[in-house]
Amino acid sequence: MRLLRLIFFLPAMLLTLAASNPVLVPDVSQRKIDIIYSFTGAELLLFGAILYPGGRVPSEKADIVVVLRGPTQPILVREKQKLGGLIWVNAESARFMSPPGYYAIASSRPLDQLVDERTAAIYELGVKNLQLSPASGEQPDVQRRFESGLIDLFKRSRLYAEAPGMIEITNGVLYRARISIPARVPVGAYVAETFLVKDGKVLAVASRDVQINKSGFERFVAESALRHPFFYGLVAVGLSLLLGWGAAVLFRRIG
Amino acid sequence: MDIYLPIANMSVNALVLILLGGGVGILSGMFGVGGGFLTTPLLILYGIPPTIAAASATTQVTGASVSGVLAHWQKDGVDFRMGALLVLGGLFGSVAGAGVFSVLEKAGQMDTIIAILYVVLLTGIGGLMARDAWAAISAKRAGMKMAARKRRHHPLVATLPMRWRFYASGIYISPLAPAALGFIVGMLTVLLGVGGGFILVPAMIYILGMATRVVVGTSLFQILFVTAITTLVHALTTHAVDIVLAGLLLIGSVIGAQFGARLAAKLPPDWLRLGLSILILSLAIWLVLGLGWQPRELYSVHPL
Repeated sequence: MRLLRLIFFLPAMLLTLAASNPVLVPDVSQRKIDIIYSFTGAELLLFGAILYPGGRVPSEKADIVVVLRGPTQPILVREKQKLGGLIWVNAESARFMSPPGYYAIASSRPLDQLVDERTAAIYELGVKNLQLSPASGEQPDVQRRFESGLIDLFKRSRLYAEAPGMIEITNGVLYRARISIPARVPVGAYVAETFLVKDGKVLAVASRDVQINKSGFERFVAESALRHPFFYGLVAVGLSLLLGWGAAVLFRRIG
Repeated sequence: MDIYLPIANMSVNALVLILLGGGVGILSGMFGVGGGFLTTPLLILYGIPPTIAAASATTQVTGASVSGVLAHWQKDGVDFRMGALLVLGGLFGSVAGAGVFSVLEKAGQMDTIIAILYVVLLTGIGGLMARDAWAAISAKRAGMKMAARKRRHHPLVATLPMRWRFYASGIYISPLAPAALGFIVGMLTVLLGVGGGFILVPAMIYILGMATRVVVGTSLFQILFVTAITTLVHALTTHAVDIVLAGLLLIGSVIGAQFGARLAAKLPPDWLRLGLSILILSLAIWLVLGLGWQPRELYSVHPL
């Protein structure tokens, strides 16, 4: 996928240089986000400059789209249906092999004004253009129902976010986009992508890696739970016994 | 004060969880129930994933019952012989429960089965207790001396072979009866993420016919061991025990349990039983409504 994209962009990049198109200089505020005990979410700043040839900002300005996406994970989506007019139970299900655990997109203007459907689909711009790779072989309409159910669920838990028109471009040159990351994000390797768009075409794209990982005590706990499960369980039981016994002793003293 | 849970991967308000643990702890000390049947649904309501809620609630129940067991032990309120048999049954029950758990989980019917199981159990037990407690209270009100209901075990129990004397409980029954009871409760501990006190306590009174004085302490004794085993099973299989979450709940509940035990000594036992039965029945009604109402989320996501 990455390679494909590179091959795709190479001509565009060369063209950029040749046809004196604007160039993109992007960056992110943090390359590494640590999740510690007080983590309640984070804000990532995607910023940079658009370098126009000759340093002159033309009257027809380019637009910016930024995307932050988290690691993909195969998932099973279950749907509840009313059974016999009485109770709600899990009925049908669908599998998706590659939905990102997090996806946020922001742009300087609404997406549909920037690129056409096809371009948006190619670059996976917008939540509805995500390649979720459904794997259950359902009918297309059933698949769409599950897709929209999944997207709706993720949107409301702020794991998928769209902020059209939220990017400011100062003097047509400096842009910045704030992307808020909720506390519930999956950990792993994230990619921050910046797209330079003009006349419905993506002129340049640049990506930066961002690592979101647990650190310190949180990391220690999460790793112990996986690597030494028996020991971890013993410690959990020990902790509960100790606290329970401690309270009993304390209260006996107090009387 | 927000705090990040390393296993649940989310940020929660520490104070809310400590208070939740405290409330459940008071009930636990008062009624001899572990409180898991309240903690698990409340945690899920708060937004914690169901498996993590169940596994961590189990850990919390262990802590809440420790102080309860100690408190009742001091008052000679634990029948250790009976307790050991219940634990033995519970051990096998929790292993069997783990098997059923994984089958249901694969079929995606875990939450429905759990809810139905809860409703059936809670309505039956709650109704039985409420009827009895109310009869006792109204008899006292009318100034009548309650015709002391002859404390005896269920006729079915009498058919079991081999009889042991349980001095503390004041009964003479087959050890198979408490072992079977322990088995059922152990299975429910894994399935429902509960200690099972709300089933054990009435079963000890109505099926085994144990002396009320040792019922609460002995049930807590069984809960203590079976939940400890279940925590280990969860840590090994589901990796869903969040030690930070359990810790927060524990801080509240171990203190609450102490207050609860003190309160229980002061309150009239009939009213105590009526209170517990009302609590159980309202939970059952809430669950029935939950099954019938359109759920907030029609879709749920499960990692593959």
